[in-house]
Amino acid sequence: MTAPLLEVNDLKMHFPIGGGLFGKLHKFVYAVDGLSFRVERGETLSLVGESGCGKSTVGRAILRLLKPTGGQVVLAGRRIDDMSSGVLRPIRRRVQVVFQDPFSSLNPRIRVRDALAEPINNFGLAKDKAELSRKLNMLMDKVGLPREALGRWPHEFSGGQRQRIGIARALAAEPDLIVCDEAVSALDVSVKAQIVNLLQELQQELGLALLFISHDLAIVEHMTHRVAVMYLGKIAEIGTKRQIFARPRHPYTEALLSAVPKPDPLAKRDRIMLKGDVPSPINPPSGCRFHTRCPYVFDRCRTEEPRLKEVERGHEAACHLNDRTAPENPLLSGGRA
Amino acid sequence: MALLEVDRLQTHFRTPDGVNRAVDGVSFSIEKGETLAVVGESGCGKSVTAMSIMRLIAEPPGKSAGEIRFEGRDLLKLSEKEMKKIRGDDISMIFQEPMTSLNPVLKVGRQIGESLRLHQGLDRGQAEDKAVEMLQLVGIPEPKRRAGEYPHQLSGGMRQRVMIAMALACSPKLLIADEPTTALDVTIQAQILDLMRDLKDRVGAAILIITHDLGVVAEVADRVVVMYAGRKVEEAPVRDLFAKPRHPYTRGLLGAVPKLGSSLEGKTEKLAEIPGIVPSLKTKIEGCVFAGRCPEAEDVCREFAPALEEKAPRHVAACHFSPREQEAAA
Ligand SMILES: Nc1ncnc2c1ncn2[C@@H]1O[C@H](COP(=O)(O)OP(=O)(O)OP(=O)(O)O)[C@@H](O)[C@H]1O
Ligand SMILES: Nc1ncnc2c1ncn2[C@@H]1O[C@H](COP(=O)(O)OP(=O)(O)O)[C@@H](O)[C@H]1O
Ligand code: SF4
Ligand code: SF4
Ligand SMILES: [Mg+2]
Ligand SMILES: [Mg+2]
Repeated sequence: MTAPLLEVNDLKMHFPIGGGLFGKLHKFVYAVDGLSFRVERGETLSLVGESGCGKSTVGRAILRLLKPTGGQVVLAGRRIDDMSSGVLRPIRRRVQVVFQDPFSSLNPRIRVRDALAEPINNFGLAKDKAELSRKLNMLMDKVGLPREALGRWPHEFSGGQRQRIGIARALAAEPDLIVCDEAVSALDVSVKAQIVNLLQELQQELGLALLFISHDLAIVEHMTHRVAVMYLGKIAEIGTKRQIFARPRHPYTEALLSAVPKPDPLAKRDRIMLKGDVPSPINPPSGCRFHTRCPYVFDRCRTEEPRLKEVERGHEAACHLNDRTAPENPLLSGGRA
Repeated sequence: MALLEVDRLQTHFRTPDGVNRAVDGVSFSIEKGETLAVVGESGCGKSVTAMSIMRLIAEPPGKSAGEIRFEGRDLLKLSEKEMKKIRGDDISMIFQEPMTSLNPVLKVGRQIGESLRLHQGLDRGQAEDKAVEMLQLVGIPEPKRRAGEYPHQLSGGMRQRVMIAMALACSPKLLIADEPTTALDVTIQAQILDLMRDLKDRVGAAILIITHDLGVVAEVADRVVVMYAGRKVEEAPVRDLFAKPRHPYTRGLLGAVPKLGSSLEGKTEKLAEIPGIVPSLKTKIEGCVFAGRCPEAEDVCREFAPALEEKAPRHVAACHFSPREQEAAA
């Protein structure tokens, strides 16, 4: 059996904040608090959940932009979270990222050509000038930009074109996995569709795996193979697209899905309205972290934290209700969707 | 007479590299108690339309022409003093990012109270009591404690509620909401939309909601105006628009958004794309504004601009090839 492309085991990221005057009164933001999942080659796993639940922090830990407080990140069978940067270098190439606005991470005084050539040269992916030039042209073709745009400056492009360049730059390193952190969120409807289609084509063509971070559940459903629903730094539920969207087994997933407005004036709205906001990750609620907002909360939830348990093959959820069977478990009373 | 009648509104901006025709001859009206949604992609002139109605366009570089009749009076002809009164008493506006319109150094209870004092002549004590009441009305837990906090101490959803509380404090006849939920999570968005619906029923205000989210439109609007490149390209009651969009741009928009649940059975379809991008508003466009991206465009489209025509009862569209109902039937 070959190892999965990416394996995250019990990942923790606790940010220390606001120590008192003498640095004694340390508090922590429990941004990611014990999270495990795998991503297979060529697969899309999406991370969803409300703002602040820790999605980007997971992404940054995988990219080694952050050193995790605990847990492991294993890429193709090798632990990368504790590797020194020297050893990491050649491996780093295999995980790339596309952000919401890739140009915030690009130098406005560097032409597209040089921005794309940088990773190719850095990782020694072209043996000579001719190969470099061939690769650059191919990248532009792949992301649907004219080759002559290689000579232009960042500011000369529209939002959608910039995102294409961001994707080309990620592809330049010939990665196995791309972390897309809200990569299509800021784009207009028509351009968003173009970029979503592009990402799917590239995945098919190159066998790329995607870690797709997004708060747009309709896009996620359209794009993804599997989904991890996060709440306050933990996974509430994880499973295949069909399991999560058609047969959710966590009240939070149910509520999140029901909150999405449907682009159909005739659709019936049986919405589960969640009260209030997400509690602070500095002081997460006792027991089940969702208990302050859960419509089904009962005594046990306030004291005992539910563990992620398999509810069907490949589908895990962290909710005490799943210890009960059909009539007593409201999550089983007919799927939504 | 409708509550608000926007009549051939043009708002242009003088910029170093030419005139930006942000809004170029847009007309629509809103009845009392009605919710009208304006949709379109970014830069198509939605916010400028709203700001023009509120007379918040700085002049220069901006300039509005046409008429904006509110209860029959042309707002573009009012003095700044008269307009101030309208803004407080009759029309209120909420924005996408509440932080930009809340005063960061004033406690929220005071802020709501100030606008009540100004427009309803309450004294400070009464105003602050009423402010707490308003916070309760918009569903903020522990309103008394929250009234004593500063905007940065609240979450994004709570700030948006405070904005709504302020906007409703003087029971306006028209509420303009510019992308009121775009910056919020879907769970909080659901709460805010619910709140707006509920308040509309209670206060009876008309709502002009600006959004690019067709889900939000389907959920709250009675009627819809679709804008593209500074023009209105289609307008219809919400059900007719979704059931039978008559402009290729509207069809494109509807095809480009995936629907929840649609990819769970069988093979996932590719999303429909609208090729290309919105044209620059700085060069005058001859012919149909959508011709550069329209899959149905023909030579005539690039030469002659299609007029807005009633294609079916209360359903107008600007497209040469969208048939009128009778003709289609014939
Ligand atoms: N460097 C940091 N120091 C302290 N707290 C941090 C830091 N980075 C992130 N956090 C906190 O960690 C939590 C998770 O943040 P993260 O950016 O991962 O959320 P997210 O799920 O990506 O949210 P969004 O949808 O808004 O992007 C938040 O409470 C955030 O404020
Ligand atoms: N103060 C201004 N000066 C110059 N141009 C402006 C100004 N405000 C808006 N515009 C331009 O007007 C057009 C429409 O903008 P806007 O109404 O904000 O679009 P949206 O539909 O996204 O709300 C855009 O081209 C924008 O750049
Ligand atoms: S464990 Fe209890 S509070 Fe948590 S999600 Fe399940 S029912 Fe709700
Ligand atoms: S007039 Fe022509 S270009 Fe314009 S929308 Fe109709 S078919 Fe398309
Ligand atoms: Mg994030
Ligand atoms: Mg706007």
